[in-house]
Amino acid sequence: MTDSPLVQDFATDWDHSDPQWVADPYPIWDDLRQRCPVAHTERYGGGWFPVTHAGVSEIAKDTDNFTSRNVVIGNGRPTELDLPAPIGVAPPITSDPPFHAIARRLILPAFAPGPINALEPMIRELCSSLLDELVGEGVVNAGTKYAQYIPPGVIRGMLGFPEEDIEHFLEMVHIIMEGIDHAEEERIVEFEPVEAYFAAQMEDHMDNPRDDLTSYLLNVELEGQNLAMEHVFGTMVLILVAGIDTTWSAIGSAIWHLAQNPEDLARLVNEPDLMPVAIEEFLRFYAPVTMARLVKHDMEYQGCPMKEDDWILLGFPAANRDPVAFKDADQFIIDRAENRHVAFGLGIHRCAGSNLARLEMRVALEEFIKRYPRFDLAEPEAVTWAPGQIRGPRNLPIRILP
Amino acid sequence: MKVRIDPEICQGQGRCFSIAPGVFDFDDLGNGVVIGDGTLTNDTIELARLAQSNCPEHAIFIEE
Ligand code: HEM
Repeated sequence: MTDSPLVQDFATDWDHSDPQWVADPYPIWDDLRQRCPVAHTERYGGGWFPVTHAGVSEIAKDTDNFTSRNVVIGNGRPTELDLPAPIGVAPPITSDPPFHAIARRLILPAFAPGPINALEPMIRELCSSLLDELVGEGVVNAGTKYAQYIPPGVIRGMLGFPEEDIEHFLEMVHIIMEGIDHAEEERIVEFEPVEAYFAAQMEDHMDNPRDDLTSYLLNVELEGQNLAMEHVFGTMVLILVAGIDTTWSAIGSAIWHLAQNPEDLARLVNEPDLMPVAIEEFLRFYAPVTMARLVKHDMEYQGCPMKEDDWILLGFPAANRDPVAFKDADQFIIDRAENRHVAFGLGIHRCAGSNLARLEMRVALEEFIKRYPRFDLAEPEAVTWAPGQIRGPRNLPIRILP
Repeated sequence: MKVRIDPEICQGQGRCFSIAPGVFDFDDLGNGVVIGDGTLTNDTIELARLAQSNCPEHAIFIEE
């Protein structure tokens, strides 16, 4: 984790990498909601954390006062070297209006329900073959042996990169995930093999166009022109970065929940039609993604003196636990009928991959419980949680019950 | 009774057309659209209301 001093009071000194927050953030948020709807910190150069649904919603929709120029909190701030707003380094996630809409429009058709639903058989086969590898084991690591491999496997398939390249592809994904927040100079060197492999795949697609995401990106037009190869590469990197540990975390959290709540597991086994409703509750209760904004200019917001370039930690997961917005917000209700959760964000940056994420979650869980209708946690204290803005179990040993 | 989606508010969260596929559909960008002129019948009104109460963006309106 960090070498920073442990937090004593999250209202005045919050840190989303503090061990207490990483282990169990919900009591912290509940406490803050009672006494301090916008918490402050001097860490990371200064930042604010709205903890209510109303606060998160207002800031997510207010692109005049808050910029997406950087959405991952660090000690630095974007420099002149980084592309400025409204474009940003990784459009559309780091873009502001008006450019944001152009960059987003480009990728939305590829992630609309039509093309995404067509991936179901491929995803099912992937999940089923991952489970085949575990046959005969009494304890299976649902984090490192299952959930982790689903999102990159699916994106490999969507991009139309060769199936036999999967090991190499996973290595490339690993380089990207490790390097994404390294300094520009380092990243350029580290990404060389990735760029070479992706360039070869793009060339192959230019020679043999087919019905996949790579051909789509190579053919799509922005203001009457095809995208430059670097732009296509950048978009692929964004999709990998946004689509992998997010979905892996969501699948892992759901399995973690089911391992501890046999009555919920039994309902899903016996009532398969409940799955889509249950998935929305998994997303509400264990929302994995917290985003950030930067304050655009000095201003007062809800009585808080915000300074230009202060961070905003945009806690969609905290908003989802706000009792003002949700009845019995602190209860997991597998058949919750009304559920306006905001796990995929709100406003113009709504997760472009939400249809895919839901499909992956559904198929991953369906296949898992079909294979293992009864299971629990093999070692509850061995479960580890990812620190930072994406929350989900990493080590997740599951004991298979007869 | 009629249902409509405000396209300025809809962000394609995708809840309406999953909950009430007979009432809502999606366009090429994945945003929600109302099927036909949005007239609701006794068979569809409850589903439309359920979809409305699940829209995180509050983009669905049901009018007399
Ligand atoms: C359960 C899994 C996922 C969750 C909870 C999630 C959550 C989110 C959230 C909260 C945002 C909003 C960011 C903001 O407001 O700054 C977002 C944006 C985005 N997500 Fe996801 N995501 C998931 C999976 C995926 C997948 C599978 C993909 C693609 C393969 C993806 C691609 C994107 C993209 C491209 C954006 C940027 C959209 C924009 O700025 O217009 N996500 N995601």
